[in-house]
Amino acid sequence: MTAERGFSRGFRWISTGSGILLLAILAAVAIFLVQQALPALTASSEDLVAQNVLPQGMTSLWQLILPLVFGTLVAALLALVIATPIAVGIALYISHYAPKRVSAAVGYLVDLLAAIPSVVYGLWGGATLAPVIRHVWTWLAETLSLLPGLEVRATATGRSIATAAVVLAVMILPIITAVSREVFKQTPRLHEEAALALGATEWEVIKTAVLPFGRSGVVSAAMLGLGRALGETMAVLMILSPGILVSFQIFDAGQQQTIAAFIASQFPEAAGLRVNVLIATGLALFVITMLINMAARWIVARRKDFSGAA
Amino acid sequence: MSQRIDVTDLNIYYGDFLAVEGVSMAIQPSSVTAFIGPSGCGKSTFLRTLNRMHEVIPGARVDGKVELEGVDLYGPDIDPVAVRRNVGMVFQRPNPFPTMSIRDNVLAGVKLNNKKIAKSEADELVESSLRGANLWNEVKDRLHKPGSGLSGGQQQRLCIARAIAVKPQVLLMDEPCSALDPISTLAIEDLIQQLKTSYTIVIVTHNMQQAARVSDKTAFFNIAGTGKPGRLIEMDDTATIFSAPQQKATEDYVSGRFG
Repeated sequence: MTAERGFSRGFRWISTGSGILLLAILAAVAIFLVQQALPALTASSEDLVAQNVLPQGMTSLWQLILPLVFGTLVAALLALVIATPIAVGIALYISHYAPKRVSAAVGYLVDLLAAIPSVVYGLWGGATLAPVIRHVWTWLAETLSLLPGLEVRATATGRSIATAAVVLAVMILPIITAVSREVFKQTPRLHEEAALALGATEWEVIKTAVLPFGRSGVVSAAMLGLGRALGETMAVLMILSPGILVSFQIFDAGQQQTIAAFIASQFPEAAGLRVNVLIATGLALFVITMLINMAARWIVARRKDFSGAA
Repeated sequence: MSQRIDVTDLNIYYGDFLAVEGVSMAIQPSSVTAFIGPSGCGKSTFLRTLNRMHEVIPGARVDGKVELEGVDLYGPDIDPVAVRRNVGMVFQRPNPFPTMSIRDNVLAGVKLNNKKIAKSEADELVESSLRGANLWNEVKDRLHKPGSGLSGGQQQRLCIARAIAVKPQVLLMDEPCSALDPISTLAIEDLIQQLKTSYTIVIVTHNMQQAARVSDKTAFFNIAGTGKPGRLIEMDDTATIFSAPQQKATEDYVSGRFG
């Protein structure tokens, strides 16, 4: 490295500095969260009750955090389950099926979805989607209730976590589609031709060459989407009629709440230990997101030998 | 099993551009036919019309006839997918599916169309195909390892195993050795000699020694200039093409005076 001079050397510093800055920001956020959450985490149950920082009837911080974590995961995972297949379908249509001009237009439209502010999604979800989709939920709930031992309720307002998840799915659709599309487009021509020459139909080419090649990319895309769904605040806040329960009644109102929406709804009127409690829930969100990202990396790395990145 | 190919007055177009003009030839079964010629003369393009692979490029079309054992491959009710199952292809660069194991690569073509085969049958097919491609002894202990971990020459033989596993009549090879070292090249050339008893083999090559070594018939393609269509100049027994060609252009090319 002794031969490095002038700009080359300067660039090395800029680049290294950026890397260090990233770590520093991450560390700063983590330290802030832990430090500010600590008073709430260490406070005795008597203090928490006496200072009235927990919702009615709760005596421990975990009684709050657990349902919130549950609600957050339910909303985000439902959204992911709805959005991923659709996004992969759109991405394949754009990369392999659509005529050139149509594919450019569809790609542009999907990108436009990402430009809609979340508060607008919230308005739309609460005012337009909920009253319509509640019929679907009611029907689903009634049908599922026919199963022995299952009692599924649906709210008449449509302001359930299922509705919130549908809106979240629309919101994460663009990012999953965009990343998947780019990965699918990079499928080596050689692999597609190998499949074609064996007598593969168009679908079989996608199955044998495109999807295996794009698999790790789709996982990454889904994780990006999941990250957004986990942290999405405004839309959930405006759509969901919340409750702090660990409940699988996803079509009913007053059951679940997500961490982000909980913080946003409580923060304006919070002070003292109450703020620490909110930050503790924020720390929980941070930890979940990190764990999910690590899991995703592990999934991608597990089959690295077969990834095609030879 | 191997079948003959008869081509009559074939013109190949990309959109309005005439890429190859007026090719007629007969390719004998159970023999090796080599296509030689300078870059851009249309020999690879022509090869790809023999299994309708050129069609995957938008705007590509042909007129004229390509008959496999008397059946016109471009007939109105012929499915290109079926043609490609019958006429296998090996490419310039080895292209095993990177996400599949060696075994799954061999079975890839067989498993298309959701065909189910019994495990014992699959085992047999994997072994016979890999033996057919002279690769069995090298990979029999690591059939479940990824195909991309093999050397270039082994990968190319894996691709040949994959192609013959679907039991085609014809095997097309588009410069199969151009990305390989001399020893791997020799292994593939030996393999071609063995395969020709069972398949009709057509090979495109830039290497004239290779054409002279492996083929029974040689076809020389040439192009008059940039933007002009490629043409078949001459086709004859390989020995004749390399010793006493009819055309001056052929003689110039095989003697290394141009190209």
